[in-house]
Amino acid sequence: MFSYTFHWNQAFKALPQMLEGALVTLQIAILSMAIGLAVALALTLFRMSGNRILSGFATAWVEIARNTPALFQIYMAHFGLGNFGIHLSPYTALLVGIAFNNAGYLAENFRGALKAIPETQTRAGRSLGMTSLQAFRYIVLPQMLRVAFLPATNQMVWAILMTSLGVTVGMNTDLAGITQELNARSFRTFEFFALAAVIYYLIAKAVTLAARLAATRMFRY
Amino acid sequence: MFDTALTMADLGFLAQGAAMTLAVTVVSVIAGTVLGIVFGVIRNQAGTYWSLPLTFLLDIFRSVPLLIQLVLGNALQSILKLGWAPFTTSCVVLSLYTAAYCTEIVRGGISSVPPTTRRAARSLGLTWWQDMRYIVAPLATRVSLPAWIGLTLGVMKDSALVLWLGLIELLRASQILVTRLQEPLFILLICGAIYFIISFPIARLGGYLERRWSND
Repeated sequence: MFSYTFHWNQAFKALPQMLEGALVTLQIAILSMAIGLAVALALTLFRMSGNRILSGFATAWVEIARNTPALFQIYMAHFGLGNFGIHLSPYTALLVGIAFNNAGYLAENFRGALKAIPETQTRAGRSLGMTSLQAFRYIVLPQMLRVAFLPATNQMVWAILMTSLGVTVGMNTDLAGITQELNARSFRTFEFFALAAVIYYLIAKAVTLAARLAATRMFRY
Repeated sequence: MFDTALTMADLGFLAQGAAMTLAVTVVSVIAGTVLGIVFGVIRNQAGTYWSLPLTFLLDIFRSVPLLIQLVLGNALQSILKLGWAPFTTSCVVLSLYTAAYCTEIVRGGISSVPPTTRRAARSLGLTWWQDMRYIVAPLATRVSLPAWIGLTLGVMKDSALVLWLGLIELLRASQILVTRLQEPLFILLICGAIYFIISFPIARLGGYLERRWSND
């Protein structure tokens, strides 16, 4: 019944290569998260601005990002933008796709977090003579980031998992891409991908743990 | 002004792809939810310590990319000589993936029922099963349903990844058309619109239920 012989040593021999790929994976995840956070903040401001066009734009972004598959968004960046003469490399397409997705989900997180902050605080700030921007920057934003931190951590883990989708648009330098190349050369699918799964798992756990430690340090009263 | 080589037959092809996406989603969500309820109840009954192995196992499904899970599932079924079709493999992997998330939702729902309410039920003479059926289930459903709707939509979107196993679902179908017609933007926009039309109303319903049913 079970005539398959595992060849784990082949996978272990490729470990240094795969760890290099893991670094690329982490790099994309961090970059996409940084871009996503910045854009999400802008989208949140757009939605608060009361300007019809700006808030409509932000709402459209959030709804599209949340209601279509991440893989579709990456395809859009890789194949769809070709119509405008923009040809992105797999790396850039992956980064753009994930950043777009991150921004949508994070903007929604921020909106939820904003609801948790009483409006009276903004008014108190304003009556102390702050401009509305100052009130947002010094009173609302720090509290909002505190509430949004945990969901943002989850989004970071999601971003790491999403980087594996790059392999479908020809990415071959991240963990999934390298694993797929090794697999194509040796057909030891299970061994290579099992090792990749372990590495992904460890990265995800390390990020969660680091975020939790950072949270207890940063958010001490 | 605007012309395209896209024919009605091609749209039919996309619709077939969408049907495949929905089929995979429905099967996986139903199987995943049943498993999730079972695991959720087990985790709740066994307590933190005794359910540790189950927690760890389910956590793996949430910390490893779905694409990798699908590849591993497919490799495993061929190693074990099960001879599953890609559809079966996809559904099995996606069901386990769904179950991992659903367990958390169910557990959260059950633990949101106040222990005093349950003790009151038991002291009125209800059995464990009656307590679960008539007290916990209705209250927990109210808390869990919005999250469960979110999960269902998540699985629907994640089901796009089964294209890696060669299943022709919506995204793969549009990719095939792109290769043939060389109109990537237009066809991908249609594909995205189909996903959006399926997902958006249900997401709205989930948001509505969440507001309507929240306790405050």
